[in-house]
Amino acid sequence: MEIGLNHYLALGAILFGLGLFAMISRRNAILVLMGIELILNAANINLVAFSRYNGLGVDGQVVSIFVIILAVAEAAIALGIVLNLYNNFATVDIDEANTMKD
Amino acid sequence: MPITTILFYVLAFIIVVSAVMVVFNKNVIHSAFALFFTLFAISGIYVLLKADFIAITQIMVYVGGILILLIFGVMLTTKITNVELKTKNLNVIPSVIFSLGIVTILIFIIFSTKWNIKQAVENEETITHIGKALLSTYLLPFEIASVVLLVALIGSAMFARKIKD
Repeated sequence: MEIGLNHYLALGAILFGLGLFAMISRRNAILVLMGIELILNAANINLVAFSRYNGLGVDGQVVSIFVIILAVAEAAIALGIVLNLYNNFATVDIDEANTMKD
Repeated sequence: MPITTILFYVLAFIIVVSAVMVVFNKNVIHSAFALFFTLFAISGIYVLLKADFIAITQIMVYVGGILILLIFGVMLTTKITNVELKTKNLNVIPSVIFSLGIVTILIFIIFSTKWNIKQAVENEETITHIGKALLSTYLLPFEIASVVLLVALIGSAMFARKIKD
Protein backbone atom coordinates (compact mmCIF):
# COMPACT_ATOMS: atom_id res chain seq x y z
CA MET A 1 0.00 0.00 0.00
CA GLU A 2 1.34 3.38 -0.97
CA ILE A 3 1.86 5.93 1.79
CA GLY A 4 -0.19 9.04 1.10
CA LEU A 5 -0.86 12.42 2.62
CA ASN A 6 -3.41 10.90 5.03
CA HIS A 7 -0.81 8.77 6.78
CA TYR A 8 1.46 11.71 7.51
CA LEU A 9 -1.46 13.83 8.71
CA ALA A 10 -2.62 11.00 10.99
CA LEU A 11 0.89 10.69 12.43
CA GLY A 12 0.87 14.44 13.07
CA ALA A 13 -2.53 14.18 14.75
CA ILE A 14 -1.36 11.39 17.07
CA LEU A 15 1.77 13.35 17.98
CA PHE A 16 -0.38 16.43 18.63
CA GLY A 17 -2.63 14.43 20.94
CA LEU A 18 0.31 13.12 22.95
CA GLY A 19 1.78 16.63 23.26
CA LEU A 20 -1.60 17.98 24.35
CA PHE A 21 -1.82 15.26 27.00
CA ALA A 22 1.65 16.17 28.27
CA MET A 23 0.69 19.84 28.44
CA ILE A 24 -2.53 19.17 30.33
CA SER A 25 -1.53 16.47 32.75
CA ARG A 26 2.18 16.68 33.59
CA ARG A 27 3.05 18.75 36.63
CA ASN A 28 6.74 19.30 35.92
CA ALA A 29 7.20 22.54 33.96
CA ILE A 30 9.95 21.03 31.81
CA LEU A 31 7.66 18.18 30.76
CA VAL A 32 5.06 20.76 29.76
CA LEU A 33 7.78 22.31 27.57
CA MET A 34 8.46 18.89 26.04
CA GLY A 35 4.75 18.63 25.25
CA ILE A 36 4.94 21.99 23.47
CA GLU A 37 7.90 20.72 21.43
CA LEU A 38 5.89 17.62 20.45
CA ILE A 39 3.00 19.81 19.31
CA LEU A 40 5.30 22.05 17.25
CA ASN A 41 6.84 18.95 15.64
CA ALA A 42 3.37 17.67 14.77
CA ALA A 43 2.62 21.00 13.08
CA ASN A 44 5.91 20.76 11.20
CA ILE A 45 5.12 17.26 9.93
CA ASN A 46 1.80 18.55 8.64
CA LEU A 47 3.41 21.56 6.93
CA VAL A 48 6.09 19.49 5.20
CA ALA A 49 3.56 16.82 4.17
CA PHE A 50 1.28 19.44 2.62
CA SER A 51 4.22 21.04 0.88
CA ARG A 52 5.11 17.64 -0.62
CA TYR A 53 1.65 16.49 -1.67
CA ASN A 54 -0.29 19.65 -2.48
CA GLY A 55 2.02 21.13 -5.08
CA LEU A 56 2.97 24.05 -2.86
CA GLY A 57 6.65 23.81 -3.78
CA VAL A 58 8.89 24.79 -0.88
CA ASP A 59 6.47 27.22 0.76
CA GLY A 60 5.45 24.75 3.45
CA GLN A 61 9.09 23.98 4.19
CA VAL A 62 9.93 27.67 4.58
CA VAL A 63 7.07 28.09 7.04
CA SER A 64 8.30 25.05 8.96
CA ILE A 65 11.75 26.70 9.19
CA PHE A 66 10.06 29.70 10.83
CA VAL A 67 8.27 27.31 13.20
CA ILE A 68 11.65 25.82 14.17
CA ILE A 69 13.10 29.31 14.75
CA LEU A 70 10.21 30.26 17.01
CA ALA A 71 10.50 26.91 18.84
CA VAL A 72 14.14 27.67 19.64
CA ALA A 73 13.34 31.15 20.91
CA GLU A 74 10.43 29.79 22.95
CA ALA A 75 12.54 27.02 24.50
CA ALA A 76 15.30 29.44 25.54
CA ILE A 77 12.88 31.97 27.07
CA ALA A 78 10.72 29.32 28.75
CA LEU A 79 13.73 27.61 30.32
CA GLY A 80 14.89 30.98 31.64
CA ILE A 81 11.45 31.43 33.21
CA VAL A 82 11.54 27.89 34.66
CA LEU A 83 14.97 28.52 36.19
CA ASN A 84 13.68 31.71 37.79
CA LEU A 85 10.66 29.78 39.06
CA TYR A 86 13.02 27.24 40.60
CA ASN A 87 15.07 30.01 42.23
CA ASN A 88 11.98 31.60 43.75
CA PHE A 89 9.89 28.56 44.74
CA ALA A 90 12.55 25.79 44.93
CA THR A 91 10.29 23.62 42.77
CA VAL A 92 9.29 23.28 39.14
CA ASP A 93 5.91 21.83 40.00
CA ILE A 94 3.48 24.20 38.30
CA ASP A 95 0.78 23.45 40.88
CA GLU A 96 2.99 24.61 43.74
CA ALA A 97 3.91 27.91 42.12
CA ASN A 98 0.54 29.58 42.55
CA THR A 99 1.38 32.65 44.61
CA MET A 100 0.04 34.99 41.96
CA LYS A 101 -3.28 33.15 41.96
CA ASP A 102 -3.99 33.42 45.69
CA MET B 1 5.46 -3.59 -0.38
CA PRO B 2 7.76 -0.68 -1.32
CA ILE B 3 10.65 0.18 0.93
CA THR B 4 9.27 3.67 1.69
CA THR B 5 6.11 2.13 3.15
CA ILE B 6 8.10 -0.11 5.48
CA LEU B 7 10.33 2.83 6.45
CA PHE B 8 7.31 5.00 7.14
CA TYR B 9 5.73 2.44 9.43
CA VAL B 10 9.02 1.78 11.27
CA LEU B 11 9.60 5.52 11.79
CA ALA B 12 5.99 6.13 12.79
CA PHE B 13 6.22 3.28 15.30
CA ILE B 14 9.41 4.74 16.81
CA ILE B 15 7.85 8.21 16.95
CA VAL B 16 4.63 7.13 18.61
CA VAL B 17 6.23 4.71 21.10
CA SER B 18 8.94 7.14 22.21
CA ALA B 19 6.43 10.02 22.39
CA VAL B 20 4.25 7.84 24.63
CA MET B 21 7.35 7.23 26.75
CA VAL B 22 7.98 11.00 26.91
CA VAL B 23 4.45 11.59 28.09
CA PHE B 24 3.97 8.72 30.54
CA ASN B 25 7.44 8.19 32.00
CA LYS B 26 7.75 8.94 35.70
CA ASN B 27 11.39 9.98 35.44
CA VAL B 28 12.02 13.36 33.81
CA ILE B 29 15.46 12.49 32.47
CA HIS B 30 14.08 9.32 30.85
CA SER B 31 11.46 11.49 29.16
CA ALA B 32 14.22 13.72 27.80
CA PHE B 33 16.08 10.71 26.36
CA ALA B 34 12.87 9.35 24.82
CA LEU B 35 12.33 12.77 23.22
CA PHE B 36 15.72 12.28 21.54
CA PHE B 37 14.41 9.22 19.64
CA THR B 38 11.19 11.02 18.73
CA LEU B 39 13.03 13.98 17.21
CA PHE B 40 15.46 11.75 15.30
CA ALA B 41 12.65 9.65 13.82
CA ILE B 42 10.79 12.82 12.84
CA SER B 43 13.82 13.92 10.85
CA GLY B 44 13.62 10.52 9.09
CA ILE B 45 10.00 11.33 8.23
CA TYR B 46 11.19 14.60 6.66
CA VAL B 47 13.68 12.63 4.54
CA LEU B 48 10.80 10.41 3.36
CA LEU B 49 8.91 13.60 2.44
CA LYS B 50 11.92 14.73 0.34
CA ALA B 51 12.61 17.70 2.62
CA ASP B 52 16.34 17.21 3.07
CA PHE B 53 17.14 20.68 4.43
CA ILE B 54 14.37 20.49 7.04
CA ALA B 55 15.64 17.07 8.12
CA ILE B 56 19.16 18.39 8.71
CA THR B 57 17.78 21.49 10.45
CA GLN B 58 15.66 19.25 12.66
CA ILE B 59 18.71 17.26 13.78
CA MET B 60 20.91 20.32 14.28
CA VAL B 61 18.40 22.57 16.01
CA TYR B 62 16.10 20.18 17.87
CA VAL B 63 18.48 17.37 18.79
CA GLY B 64 21.59 19.53 19.10
CA GLY B 65 19.97 22.59 20.63
CA ILE B 66 16.55 22.33 22.20
CA LEU B 67 17.03 18.84 23.64
CA ILE B 68 20.35 19.82 25.24
CA LEU B 69 18.65 22.92 26.67
CA LEU B 70 15.85 20.78 28.09
CA ILE B 71 18.32 18.34 29.67
CA PHE B 72 20.19 21.31 31.15
CA GLY B 73 16.89 22.54 32.52
CA VAL B 74 16.15 19.13 34.07
CA MET B 75 19.59 18.93 35.65
CA LEU B 76 19.53 22.49 36.99
CA THR B 77 16.06 22.30 38.49
CA THR B 78 15.95 18.82 40.04
CA LYS B 79 18.34 16.94 42.21
CA ILE B 80 19.43 14.00 40.10
CA THR B 81 20.16 11.66 42.97
CA ASN B 82 16.95 12.52 44.72
CA VAL B 83 13.48 11.00 44.44
CA GLU B 84 12.31 14.48 43.58
CA LEU B 85 13.15 13.75 39.95
CA LYS B 86 10.03 11.62 39.74
CA THR B 87 6.92 13.50 38.80
CA LYS B 88 3.27 12.61 38.90
CA ASN B 89 0.58 13.00 36.31
CA LEU B 90 -2.41 15.09 37.21
CA ASN B 91 -6.02 14.46 36.19
CA VAL B 92 -4.99 11.51 34.04
CA ILE B 93 -8.44 10.20 33.16
CA PRO B 94 -10.04 13.52 32.00
CA SER B 95 -6.98 14.54 30.03
CA VAL B 96 -6.72 11.11 28.35
CA ILE B 97 -10.37 11.39 27.37
CA PHE B 98 -9.92 14.97 26.10
CA SER B 99 -6.77 14.19 24.09
CA LEU B 100 -8.19 10.96 22.65
CA GLY B 101 -11.34 12.83 21.67
CA ILE B 102 -9.38 15.50 19.83
CA VAL B 103 -7.17 12.90 18.10
CA THR B 104 -10.24 10.90 17.05
CA ILE B 105 -11.94 13.98 15.62
CA LEU B 106 -8.75 15.01 13.77
CA ILE B 107 -8.20 11.54 12.27
CA PHE B 108 -11.85 11.30 11.27
CA ILE B 109 -11.57 14.69 9.52
CA ILE B 110 -8.26 13.72 7.87
CA PHE B 111 -9.58 10.47 6.42
CA SER B 112 -12.97 11.83 5.38
CA THR B 113 -11.68 14.92 3.55
CA LYS B 114 -10.87 14.65 -0.14
CA TRP B 115 -7.47 16.34 -0.27
CA ASN B 116 -6.36 18.11 -3.42
CA ILE B 117 -3.25 16.00 -4.10
CA LYS B 118 -0.74 17.00 -6.73
CA GLN B 119 2.45 15.05 -7.14
CA ALA B 120 5.51 17.19 -6.61
CA VAL B 121 8.55 17.18 -8.87
CA GLU B 122 10.62 14.14 -8.01
CA ASN B 123 14.26 14.06 -6.97
CA GLU B 124 15.01 17.72 -6.74
CA GLU B 125 17.12 19.29 -4.04
CA THR B 126 15.20 21.81 -1.99
CA ILE B 127 18.02 23.96 -0.60
CA THR B 128 18.26 26.19 -3.69
CA HIS B 129 14.52 26.79 -3.71
CA ILE B 130 14.38 27.44 0.03
CA GLY B 131 17.23 29.94 -0.21
CA LYS B 132 15.58 31.78 -3.09
CA ALA B 133 12.22 31.82 -1.29
CA LEU B 134 13.77 33.07 1.95
CA LEU B 135 15.51 35.97 0.25
CA SER B 136 12.67 36.99 -2.07
CA THR B 137 9.10 36.06 -1.06
CA TYR B 138 9.77 35.54 2.64
CA LEU B 139 12.33 38.33 3.12
CA LEU B 140 10.28 40.28 5.67
CA PRO B 141 9.49 37.26 7.89
CA PHE B 142 13.15 36.26 7.61
CA GLU B 143 14.32 39.64 8.94
CA ILE B 144 11.64 39.67 11.64
CA ALA B 145 12.82 36.19 12.70
CA SER B 146 16.32 37.55 13.19
CA VAL B 147 14.93 40.34 15.38
CA VAL B 148 12.91 37.76 17.34
CA LEU B 149 16.04 35.70 17.93
CA LEU B 150 17.93 38.78 19.13
CA VAL B 151 15.10 39.68 21.52
CA ALA B 152 15.00 36.09 22.80
CA LEU B 153 18.78 36.13 23.33
CA ILE B 154 18.68 39.37 25.32
CA GLY B 155 15.56 38.30 27.19
CA SER B 156 16.89 34.92 28.28
CA ALA B 157 20.21 36.46 29.35
CA MET B 158 18.25 38.97 31.43
CA PHE B 159 16.06 36.24 32.97
CA ALA B 160 18.97 33.97 33.84
CA ARG B 161 21.03 36.69 35.55
CA LYS B 162 20.93 37.10 39.29
CA ILE B 163 19.43 40.48 40.03
CA LYS B 164 21.48 42.36 42.60
CA ASP B 165 19.68 44.69 44.97
